[in-house]
Amino acid sequence: MRYTFLTYSRPEDFANVPPQELGQLKGLFGAYIGALKEAGILVATDWLQPVSAATTVSDGGNRIQDGPFAESKETLGGYMTVEVPDLDAAISWAKKCPMAKYGAVEIRPTAMEA
Amino acid sequence: MNADARMTDVMRASYGRLLALLSSRTGDILLAEDALSDAFAKALIHWPKEMPGNPEAWLLTVARNRVIDMARRDARIDFRNDVPEPGAPAPAVDDFPDERLKLMFVCAHPAIDVRIHTPLMLQTVLGLEAEVIAQAFLLPHTTMAKRLVRAKRKIRDAGVAFQIPEPEELPPQVSGVLEAIYGAFSRDWLGAGALAEEAFYLASLLAELMPDNAEVLGLAAVIAYTLSREDARVQDGVFVPLEEQDTAKWDGRLLQIARSYLERAQAQNDLGRFQLEAAIQAVHADRIWTGVTNWDALVQLHLGLSRVAPTIGGTVGYAAALGKAVGPEEGLEALCSIDAEVRAGFAPAEATRAYLLSELGRPEEALAAARKAISLTVEPPLRQYLQAKSAALAAELT
Repeated sequence: MRYTFLTYSRPEDFANVPPQELGQLKGLFGAYIGALKEAGILVATDWLQPVSAATTVSDGGNRIQDGPFAESKETLGGYMTVEVPDLDAAISWAKKCPMAKYGAVEIRPTAMEA
Repeated sequence: MNADARMTDVMRASYGRLLALLSSRTGDILLAEDALSDAFAKALIHWPKEMPGNPEAWLLTVARNRVIDMARRDARIDFRNDVPEPGAPAPAVDDFPDERLKLMFVCAHPAIDVRIHTPLMLQTVLGLEAEVIAQAFLLPHTTMAKRLVRAKRKIRDAGVAFQIPEPEELPPQVSGVLEAIYGAFSRDWLGAGALAEEAFYLASLLAELMPDNAEVLGLAAVIAYTLSREDARVQDGVFVPLEEQDTAKWDGRLLQIARSYLERAQAQNDLGRFQLEAAIQAVHADRIWTGVTNWDALVQLHLGLSRVAPTIGGTVGYAAALGKAVGPEEGLEALCSIDAEVRAGFAPAEATRAYLLSELGRPEEALAAARKAISLTVEPPLRQYLQAKSAALAAELT
């Protein structure tokens, strides 16, 4: 079954993080993504720029807004889609996501028909 | 030896002792760190010109003066009357007390966030850089540094006392310290920095400072036993179970150290979790002499462990030993005592179930359990091992 891990964190936690530290975090993610690949379960992934770079389109395309859809303390930072047998397996992998340590990882099962 | 090398040496050997002494007198680890790093900076300037006879005492005197200096400016710091006068003669190395045990109790104090116990101990007692600790715990450097500072502020502001706990408080507090050391030992998945050696140092130090505590000795034994098998645990990227490891790859020197810690623990007549875990490892280690694993002894020890410290992992270990010593049916029955839902989320339980089912001649169910175990496993060597097992089961079925 396909699950998507949505990683959330508070941007304020990263506000004063120097680029070199962000590089480290990328390194941690790289290792994690590598492990997902090695296990043959990674479907897709991306790491997103902060919400300050977000643009939101709504109102049938009539409204184009500079910023995120909803302002919130915790913001979506990236996602990983994995193919695993069940929720237990998804939880095992989500626990190991770097973001589980100082943010949160939301696990959402796919709603698409197989 | 030049001053730089000498200083590095002194720093490594005495950082924890100096920091422990300074913090225990001020109740403020941050202040002690500042003063100590100031002393090290001064040493860099002075030592190349004139190396002091007793570098450690020199550092302590300079740091102590710095503490007193800063304390005058900051009235909040409560000075205890046992701070020696700055003008007093420099103490000889063996003259000043070893306060590292108190520091360890502070690091693992119940009022401090349990997740920071281990990093705090690694940084204050061993002088490990926040960056190295962060690597091992898979956290960005800044995040780890912030958490460490927050914990030290809490210790200072809440007035966490640098003292050996009262006898009635001692067992839970010791167990906090043991958990913190064990936390350094159970390395993090993909963690770049392995802290097993540091954990062993901490455990040995604690055993030196509390030589009559059976659990302290037991933990030192557990860590030494596990470290001794470091080179045998993974072969060609594949995990090797303890009972199948090549004993020639075990470290004989560490096995001896482990054995001696365990014997000292047993002499205390106070059975606890770590001592039992060490005893289990000792039985496995005996295979180096006997060539066989004594599964009957393991069943008894696992049973004891599950009574003293019941855990799911412990039940799985018991079931596996029972499966070997008595029979797979009995092992499976023991495994069934674990709540099915919990079991389904715990890879070792499913892996053991797969083994027991295949022993019972039920390869289809065994294969399903093996696949379940694989799906729950993230560590590559373990996945490889389980994948080989499941491939063998699948081949049996065709």
